[in-house]
Amino acid sequence: MAEFSLPKNSRIGKGKTVKAEGASNTRAFHVYRWNPDDGENPRMDTFEVDMDNCGPMVLDALIKIKNEMDSTVTFRRSCREGVCGSCAMNINGKNGLACTTAIDDAKGDVSITPLPHQEVVKDLVPDLSNFYAQYASIKPWMQTQSTTPEKERLQSREDREKLDGLYECILCACCSTSCPSYWWNGDKYLGPAILLQAYRWLIDSRDEATGDRLDNLEDPFRLYRCHTIMNCANACPKGLNPAKAIAEIKKMMVERKG
Amino acid sequence: MAQVKRPLSPHLQVYRWGWHMAASIFHRVTGSALAVGSILLTWWFVAMATGHEYFNTVQGYAGTIIGRVVLFGMTLALMQHLLSGIRHLFMDMGKLYGLKVNTSTARLTFFGAVILTLVIWYAAYKVMGAI
Repeated sequence: MAEFSLPKNSRIGKGKTVKAEGASNTRAFHVYRWNPDDGENPRMDTFEVDMDNCGPMVLDALIKIKNEMDSTVTFRRSCREGVCGSCAMNINGKNGLACTTAIDDAKGDVSITPLPHQEVVKDLVPDLSNFYAQYASIKPWMQTQSTTPEKERLQSREDREKLDGLYECILCACCSTSCPSYWWNGDKYLGPAILLQAYRWLIDSRDEATGDRLDNLEDPFRLYRCHTIMNCANACPKGLNPAKAIAEIKKMMVERKG
Repeated sequence: MAQVKRPLSPHLQVYRWGWHMAASIFHRVTGSALAVGSILLTWWFVAMATGHEYFNTVQGYAGTIIGRVVLFGMTLALMQHLLSGIRHLFMDMGKLYGLKVNTSTARLTFFGAVILTLVIWYAAYKVMGAI
């Protein structure tokens, strides 16, 4: 049964406020904090950031906070251009990448929490071990039985085009952790990101394990917990549509039964 | 290293609702409400089979203000469930996955349900000769 409220140790308290000294144009950033070493509950700290000396993206503000206001603020980041997927977090109630989300997308204060319904390692860093294990479970590599050709396995232009809208996925987990079905059944349901990846291999003309892949997904939980809530497609920072990919897998299931 | 129980990050508490999410959640809520409502409907059928007198008693309950509010709510729930059910049918066929059309059809289930409910109740009162 789904647990709608947060467990006792996860309830969020009020934190500190850090003001921007001498700044006239400021904006408040409410940031989720949890320190594994002090034994306390999570809290929301408020940082008033000087917007006259800050880049345009949410990640710029976070880096400024870490550099100038509180060096203990912890978050993942790397490429700062929407390619690596490290800085995925919940910004004003919607999952996205901090590096490609403009501060001005929000009017007024900005609230930042970790990706939803995940165990928190520290501050904005969630534990994604389960997510990665689920990714491994779909065997995300090309599987073949036929004799290995001399050169590469060729693919027609049309077959290659089938991978568009799928190969761009950067596995940031924005979609999976936006999905209520994944919140309640994340231990058994694979979630939108992994299912989109599964579909990427299912329709690859060069892959020869389609039957085995479908067998693996034929399960009341792994695939069929998708109830087309559509939070995934609305959250994807790359503009992909995992819900649509899942619908295509469901269609493949029906079609192979004949 | 000290092993502390890690907290769970906030989910429902922070996630911003959209029409698409509301349509899906209300499909469940109205489905559950209608399941309870079907008990009332069964009661009404049983009353009908029991006889004239008992049927009139149950009809009397249904006619009270509370009875009418419950019936109005059931009509609204049924219409919402019907419309979002039709939307789900299209999605099962792989349609309506575009973000715009998905959100606008989700919104339509809510406005459509309200309009259909009002039409049904207007028609019912008209037939009764109450308006």
